[in-house]
Amino acid sequence: MKEEGKHKKAKKYGMVINLDECTGCGACMVACMAENNVPFREDESNKLDSIAWMRVYKLTNGKSYPEADICYLPRPCMHCEGDHGHSPCVSVCPATATDYNYETGIVSQIYTRCFGCRYCMAACPYHARYFNWWDPVWPEGSTKYLSPNVSPRMRGVVEKCSFCFHRYQLAMDKAYLEGRTVLEEDEYQTSCTQACPAGAITFGDLNNPEHKVHQLAKPDNKHGGRPGNPNVFRLLERLGTNPKVYYMSSREWVRQAGDNYIDNEDFAKNYRH
Amino acid sequence: MDSALIPEGVTRCSFGKFALGIIIVGGVLLWGVYAMMLIWLKGLNQTNMNDFYGFALWIWADLGVIALGGGAFFIGLLRYIIGKDELKNIINYAVLIGFICYSSALLILAIDVGQPLRSWFIFWHANIHSMLTEVAFCLSCYFAVLTIEYIPLILENRQLNKVPFFHNLAHNMHEVMAIFAATGAFLSFFHQGSLGGTPAVLYGRPFAFREGIFIWPWTFFLFTWSAAAYGPCFTLFVTRLTEKITKKKLVKQNVIDLLAKISGWTMGTYIIAKIIDTWYWATVTAPDMGSNLIDFYSNNPFYGIWILVVEIVICGIVPALILLTPKGRSNPTLLFTAVLLACIGVLLNRWVMVLQVMAVPVMTFENWVMYIPSWQEVATTILPVAYGIILVMISFRYLPIFPQERELNS
Amino acid sequence: MFPFSFEWIWDVGHMVFMGGLWYALAILGLGMTYCILKSVIDTMQGKGVHH
Repeated sequence: MKEEGKHKKAKKYGMVINLDECTGCGACMVACMAENNVPFREDESNKLDSIAWMRVYKLTNGKSYPEADICYLPRPCMHCEGDHGHSPCVSVCPATATDYNYETGIVSQIYTRCFGCRYCMAACPYHARYFNWWDPVWPEGSTKYLSPNVSPRMRGVVEKCSFCFHRYQLAMDKAYLEGRTVLEEDEYQTSCTQACPAGAITFGDLNNPEHKVHQLAKPDNKHGGRPGNPNVFRLLERLGTNPKVYYMSSREWVRQAGDNYIDNEDFAKNYRH
Repeated sequence: MDSALIPEGVTRCSFGKFALGIIIVGGVLLWGVYAMMLIWLKGLNQTNMNDFYGFALWIWADLGVIALGGGAFFIGLLRYIIGKDELKNIINYAVLIGFICYSSALLILAIDVGQPLRSWFIFWHANIHSMLTEVAFCLSCYFAVLTIEYIPLILENRQLNKVPFFHNLAHNMHEVMAIFAATGAFLSFFHQGSLGGTPAVLYGRPFAFREGIFIWPWTFFLFTWSAAAYGPCFTLFVTRLTEKITKKKLVKQNVIDLLAKISGWTMGTYIIAKIIDTWYWATVTAPDMGSNLIDFYSNNPFYGIWILVVEIVICGIVPALILLTPKGRSNPTLLFTAVLLACIGVLLNRWVMVLQVMAVPVMTFENWVMYIPSWQEVATTILPVAYGIILVMISFRYLPIFPQERELNS
Repeated sequence: MFPFSFEWIWDVGHMVFMGGLWYALAILGLGMTYCILKSVIDTMQGKGVHH
């Protein structure tokens, strides 16, 4: 919070996920779990209490053949900035255990500070925050495969996607040693981005016009980062969470599924860009 | 056996009967303590909470007991600051009930958090922008106030009062009680309000979100006002219940009538404000976020529009009308019905503002999620009730809680 | 809670919020100190003794 003054130089890391290219294979979920030491249980069938920083949802248009259509929607943490400068979860944490980094736009979670009140989970409309209901149990021998760059979490705290922040730190360390302060686009990429076989995820600095995410989403920072690309939308745009994850689809029903509309609203007329 | 400890001039049941009562309720208490230990030792996986229901039965219980315990601050305010002197005949009981409610709330919170040993972080690393920080601060401070208000009552026990220091301390604390009561009212205003703000600032949850003034959502004021309205009803309810169980008249009718009348007015004005708030939220706030009112009350097995009708009409307008009419207040059955409905109403309001917030799907491709608490959650929620009954039993037996008891039963 | 906690900022929010907290704590602390001290003095003066 003390870094608010550095706004001008600030980066704003974000994602554009092409939903027309996503096949729902789940490689992003697996890569994320391995990269971030996400704990798992023997029985992961209850999705209400198992942890997946990146979760792939299956959407359907509700129509029958031949118009039936489906879409897979990967959902990491949205790293919301909020329209009024505070993300939904950061402002509510009573112990300052989650923070909005104005240098990168990344919402962090400080596991050793979190005391597990779960107010942030109530605040997040994307269900991107997960609680450690159990202590992590690593199968014998598998601790050797844990990432040394990410601290495993204990029972009783909340965790969530960090946009692989440790990768940013490693990249910045390397750049510093080489006498640079600016990262190249490919120097910092999240594990889900790299794992996606379809190349559906694009990651980079939304504030940097040279980065592909900026070119795809065309964010309008004067209006809460709204996408300028007519095929791009954000989840629950109307709530004013100002998320940094953008979705792209050429299908209107998919774009419409991103938000709630009341009965008498004409989506095509009012909300089509 | 223990007659030397019982206040002079009053009668109490035999020690055997009293001890039997304590043992029975104590059994329930132990069951709760067992569940509490399970949760502390094994973690929150003992509950049926999940990633949709981060807040569940306990947070409802917390908000509920704090609303019901609101009688202590409001009666204290009326007695010490506004000068309604008659209320001195019920303030002791209000303080005791408040003390039980607030200590229960703190205990439930200590069970509810994932890492109880880190609870002090909320103070040490306080984020002043969080409603929960304000709740924690004011709640703990107000619990200290209630303890300060309860201490003189303990010191007035027949035997303790013989000790000169205790006698003097009780006397001196009474002398400055108005200052403590004023501090308590100040703290209560903020923590009751912050509890109302807790769901209402969640702008990612259209069901909970409310607009407001400056940093305070409208529910901030609604929660404070409802605690002032419904809290005294709980005091009246428990008083009446105690009278029925002990088969004694403990408080004069004019005191009951005065408090019921004040409650009626606060409840009446509150319910008008609540209707305006609901109307504005349903027609402006929620549609702006893309939701129809009925979206929040359909396509699920439990949360129907009935809940709104029960809360506002049956448990709001009806008890307010009963309490506002002299006939309603003077008829014991009607009065008892009114305060009971009021207590249900405020508990229902807190339920909706916690559980329904979690149940309503926000993303279009998600569904309603229902929740049934585990036995451990139920046992730990009943635990404070058992503890409360025991504390009331002991306090009623050994402390001069009702100043009019001797006169009314001579 | 204290100015030496790293998240502390000397802004209006902290001053109002923490000011309110310390004000309430001070009243409670000073009030109780007064009561206890006065009771000690009263007791030493022989007040409150039952005959």
